[in-house]
Amino acid sequence: MSAPQPLLDVREIEVRYGAIRALKGVSFSVGAGEVVALLGANGAGKTTTQKTVSGMLRPVAGTIEFEGRRIDGTPAHKLVDLGICHVPEGRHVFPRMTVAENLDMGAFRFKQPDPADLERVLELFPRLKERYGQHSGTLSGGEQQMLAIGRALMGKPRLLLLDEPSMGLAPLIVAQIFDIVREINRSGVTVLLVEQNASQALSLADRGYVLETGDIVLEGAGRDLLADERVRAAYLGEEIAAS
Amino acid sequence: MSATDVSNRTATDSPASYDLPRTVRFGSLLLVVAALVVFPLVFTNPTITSVGVFAMIYLLAVSGWNIFSGYSGYIALGHALFFGIGQYSSAMLTSRFKIPAGWDLFALLPVAGAIAGLAAVPIGWMLLRVRKHTFIVLTIAVMFIFQLLAFNLRSWTGGSQGMQLPFPTWSGAYFNEPFYYIGLLAAAIALVTSWWVRRSKFGLGLLAIRDDEDRARSLGVRTTRTKLVAFAISAVFVGAAGAIYAPFIGSVFPQFAFDPSFDLALAVMAFTGGLGTLIGPALGALVIGSLQQYFLLQFGGANVFLIVYGLLFVLILRLLPQGIVPSIAARWRQWVTYRARNTPSTGVPPDSAPDVGRPFDVVLNQGGSA
Ligand SMILES: Nc1ncnc2c1ncn2[C@@H]1O[C@H](COP(=O)(O)OP(=O)(O)OP(=O)(O)O)[C@@H](O)[C@H]1O
Ligand SMILES: [Mg+2]
Repeated sequence: MSAPQPLLDVREIEVRYGAIRALKGVSFSVGAGEVVALLGANGAGKTTTQKTVSGMLRPVAGTIEFEGRRIDGTPAHKLVDLGICHVPEGRHVFPRMTVAENLDMGAFRFKQPDPADLERVLELFPRLKERYGQHSGTLSGGEQQMLAIGRALMGKPRLLLLDEPSMGLAPLIVAQIFDIVREINRSGVTVLLVEQNASQALSLADRGYVLETGDIVLEGAGRDLLADERVRAAYLGEEIAAS
Repeated sequence: MSATDVSNRTATDSPASYDLPRTVRFGSLLLVVAALVVFPLVFTNPTITSVGVFAMIYLLAVSGWNIFSGYSGYIALGHALFFGIGQYSSAMLTSRFKIPAGWDLFALLPVAGAIAGLAAVPIGWMLLRVRKHTFIVLTIAVMFIFQLLAFNLRSWTGGSQGMQLPFPTWSGAYFNEPFYYIGLLAAAIALVTSWWVRRSKFGLGLLAIRDDEDRARSLGVRTTRTKLVAFAISAVFVGAAGAIYAPFIGSVFPQFAFDPSFDLALAVMAFTGGLGTLIGPALGALVIGSLQQYFLLQFGGANVFLIVYGLLFVLILRLLPQGIVPSIAARWRQWVTYRARNTPSTGVPPDSAPDVGRPFDVVLNQGGSA
């Protein structure tokens, strides 16, 4: 463990969808300033884990602590106030609102958006500056992902939850997005990254966890996991074949 | 970018570079207002001015309705409920307090609006627990419940006998004009309110609810409260419209006070002009409201217009799926971009393409999450 008291400490959480047990006692931690990757195949429970951390789902057992404070079961809009900002799977930008309005929405918890934050987001994503007045539903997938991340940044996150930011994007854009995530992290934002794109995620992450049908089966430093035979076989198979 | 840039949004969501110059916008606004003010002075024929009164009543009601339904995407098809409450409030207060139907009749306007707004709070609180599709159905149902109440609470409403309102004390030679001007004034207040809502953080929350309610909520929008406040604001204006309508017609009957075709009218007007834009529904009300009343006076039979409504609705959905105002705005942006491409000196970057022809997405598909 890199920090004595982690920023986020998830212990033995169990989450159910009716009869389905999606998480069967998942534990992990994220230290302040870290990038932690959560890997796993489709249906492993990555999204479920993130939604539980961001307050969209409530665990039936286990605890979640943020800075030593219990937050499990606290609704999402209250967690936003603590600086836990979630960029959900599939982006969920507001399609018929402009880029400008979407960014404003990210700062909704404040009286008004911080101009410095806006400046920084538009600096990170010059593309958004060009599309500032455009309806976000007409943006390309990559631009929407940038907007979703930008919107979260407008909320002054302390912990940024990213759910598959690379999904459906061309390799060049993926690399660009990962670069920006690194830059965001360097500016002091802790990141919990869910990815299927294991090689990219692990080369960015300080540490990683591998989920399999609702259980953590592996954990370790990003580099070690990247070298781990089991990970290579299970999650990098395609990429090894491709390269 | 400065803080002012952030809040500098426009009704049609267009980027600043596509906007008409401020002087042009302000000038055309002044022109329209001036035209509406002098209209009854130029066209003094009582048939025409009575058409004008109906147009003002619809303008007021639609502008109010749009503040809730247009911005939040919750299509209310039961606002006749508040129109009726406004009418009955006006009739009951007039008879109860023996108001002589002079100019002080119009003092009842804010009172009737307030009653409708207050009634909207518990009604909205119940209705707004459901999401958009169910909401539409429930609003219609509640409207009919009120119609039934009006039929059956005879000691209050006179049941099917209806209620009569006293004849205005001013000269019959200019019977329509006071109604027209009070309607115009109230509609102006509704539109200014709508404009303010559209630019406020409250309005931003409403638009976010329209697009993706769950996400809006998780970003900190108090969704229930926001919807309820917008619902009540819209009810105030629709109620006030009822309080102009009742003394103008001179009587109140359950089936006309709580009239489903009024709901249809509001929806058609708003969709025609451009749902959720500031001036679209207003334009729809002026055009369709006038036409409707004109045809009614010419050919009689309100039901004829229901057929016209149907046809109109189909036509609008086929030809201008986003409504008149957004379609024109899109054309305009296209033209600006076209010009920018051919004269590279202007500031619009060629690659910031205007969003024309967004996929059609109305009535039953307002929710991004649904
Ligand atoms: N709303 C739901 N109702 C019922 N079951 C669900 C629901 N959401 C997820 N599940 C189930 O829970 C399990 C974990 O789903 P989850 O979305 O967390 O997976 P994931 O790891 O994010 O997968 P992917 O990589 O495909 O996004 C799956 O078996 C899924 O079918
Ligand atoms: Mg997922």
